[in-house]
Amino acid sequence: MFGYLVGRLSQAVVVVFVMSIIVFVGVYAIGNPIDVMIDPGATAEIRENLIRQYGLDQPLWRQYFTFVGNVFQGDLGRSMVYNTSVTGLVFSRLPATVELVLVSVTIAAVIGIPAGLYAGYKPDGIAAKLIMALSVLGFSVPTFWIGMLLIMAFAVELGWLPSGGRGEVAEFLWFKTSLATSDGWAHVIMPAINLSLFKMGLLIRLTRAGMVEAMGAEYVRFARAQGLPDRQIVFSHILRNISIPVITVFGLELGSTLAFAVVTETVFNWPGVGKLIIDSILTLDRPVMVSYLVMVVILFVLINLIVDLIYARLDPRVRLKGGS
Amino acid sequence: MTDTLTPESNVTAVPAAPPAETRVMRLRNFWSDYRQSWVAIAALIVIVALVLGAFFAPFLVPQDPYDLAKLDWLDAFLPPGTEGSGGYAHVLGTDNAGRDMLSAIFYGLRTSFVIGISAGALALAVGITVGLTAAYFGGRIEALLMRIVDLQLSMPAILLALVMVAMLGQGIPQIIFALVVAQYAYFARTTHGAASVERRKDYIEAARSTPLPTWRVMFKHLLPNVLPPLIVVATVQVASAISLEATLSFLGVGLPLTEPSLGTLISNGFKYIHAGRYWLSIYPGIFLMITVVAINLVGDQVRNVLDPRNSR
Repeated sequence: MFGYLVGRLSQAVVVVFVMSIIVFVGVYAIGNPIDVMIDPGATAEIRENLIRQYGLDQPLWRQYFTFVGNVFQGDLGRSMVYNTSVTGLVFSRLPATVELVLVSVTIAAVIGIPAGLYAGYKPDGIAAKLIMALSVLGFSVPTFWIGMLLIMAFAVELGWLPSGGRGEVAEFLWFKTSLATSDGWAHVIMPAINLSLFKMGLLIRLTRAGMVEAMGAEYVRFARAQGLPDRQIVFSHILRNISIPVITVFGLELGSTLAFAVVTETVFNWPGVGKLIIDSILTLDRPVMVSYLVMVVILFVLINLIVDLIYARLDPRVRLKGGS
Repeated sequence: MTDTLTPESNVTAVPAAPPAETRVMRLRNFWSDYRQSWVAIAALIVIVALVLGAFFAPFLVPQDPYDLAKLDWLDAFLPPGTEGSGGYAHVLGTDNAGRDMLSAIFYGLRTSFVIGISAGALALAVGITVGLTAAYFGGRIEALLMRIVDLQLSMPAILLALVMVAMLGQGIPQIIFALVVAQYAYFARTTHGAASVERRKDYIEAARSTPLPTWRVMFKHLLPNVLPPLIVVATVQVASAISLEATLSFLGVGLPLTEPSLGTLISNGFKYIHAGRYWLSIYPGIFLMITVVAINLVGDQVRNVLDPRNSR
């Protein structure tokens, strides 16, 4: 197990380094960031100073090593547009994304799991067919388009909900969140539903598949033969058995919710990290782009690593094959 | 059997593909299975109509939406059904530059199809090459290639596409490249899965024992037998390429306004929805949705038909 762990860890480190080089070089190759941030009428001297201040006069490999060295000291560079440290910028935006993801995941679970259970309990009923059709829509219709429809219906036509922004925030424990105010809830509900649809479709399919399989299993037939009511069979026997794979896949998908938040945040003008990365691509804010992308790569490599380790823990065949 | 084996003469006796007759029969069987579902038939008709409409757009729609000389600012923001200065009714209204929305949508559909189909085809080619190479050679090559593929599959396609677009900038070739990078892994995984099973069968061993060049065994003998599952992946991936491109363009990092796709049109119209000018964004969106859902429905039915568990 230890050898396997070391093998996987070193592989993960290599992946992060290779990806950071690709991202760094790739992002460096586009445009000249100085032209974007500086007034064209500025003197050559100001220009030279700025270029030196951001280290853009150095060769690429030295810029990369400076970047990596700074990362290890917790410094991700300075944003060229906001003129603040990237670390501070990302952490000021992170709570907004986290609360959006949390609310949407909760919505997905609260609606998706019961719907999936029902669709698997009566797979041939009209309601089940309807649920499955909706889950296909959740998968295939682009997120931004559904978000736009929501805005059109509930913000423009009906005027029930605000169309964008985070609303009023209030102090809760140690950070500011819009979940502490009713105005904040009014702002979060529509983007959260939008973000939850894909996940909800996935959950419905997973739970339904598990349910259909369980309905034919020995232990369910035995419980039936005992004369237990269906309600008890479903909620205390089947649910317990199918919850493990559902939770596993769902946990894995948390990372991708972060990626989809990019789209939802842009549609609803939600001031989270997803909006930040899109804005930084549009304004060629290099340090923010590189830092965000490298952070996301690290996040996904970590998730992968954890999954590999859990599988190795559960399945001896994986770790006996070694860390190849 | 023979004393000398030349690569092309005797060896081609190893059948590369079934004879033409059975292929026609197989196609006929496929069709008779496919038409069992009227939804799938309808979806197919819709796709054919949209592709033809997009292809022949210049002859079908009333206006070339990107010929600036033909646009009149006085026609801007006409609601659907209003007659403009051109003397015809704008069925779906006009946009902020006085462009006929119906014309703009069919031209946009063109861009979307070109991007979706070329990205899908290129990703298919790259994915097949990677997957076949991994399955055929095995060992370290397989471990390395499939490790990369699995890593990519664990990341959402939209994220990879975003990374590529951040590096490459805007434009049709850049978007296609970004989509290929984001999607080839799905084809590579499917090819690898099917090919590793086929690889162990006797006919491949037989072909390998002849002096046929490696690439010939891989692409002429192995590939035809792993194609069916790839067809399903290809249809789904074309749909997802179209919707990914629309998403990127909506985010403003896809196509520039000078080469508008459906996503660019929706993005442009989104600016005006608060003013109640819904037609600028809702109609291109409906076309996008119909396209994507129809392709997915066709893909679903193809999967059902090809699934050996469903064969009679």
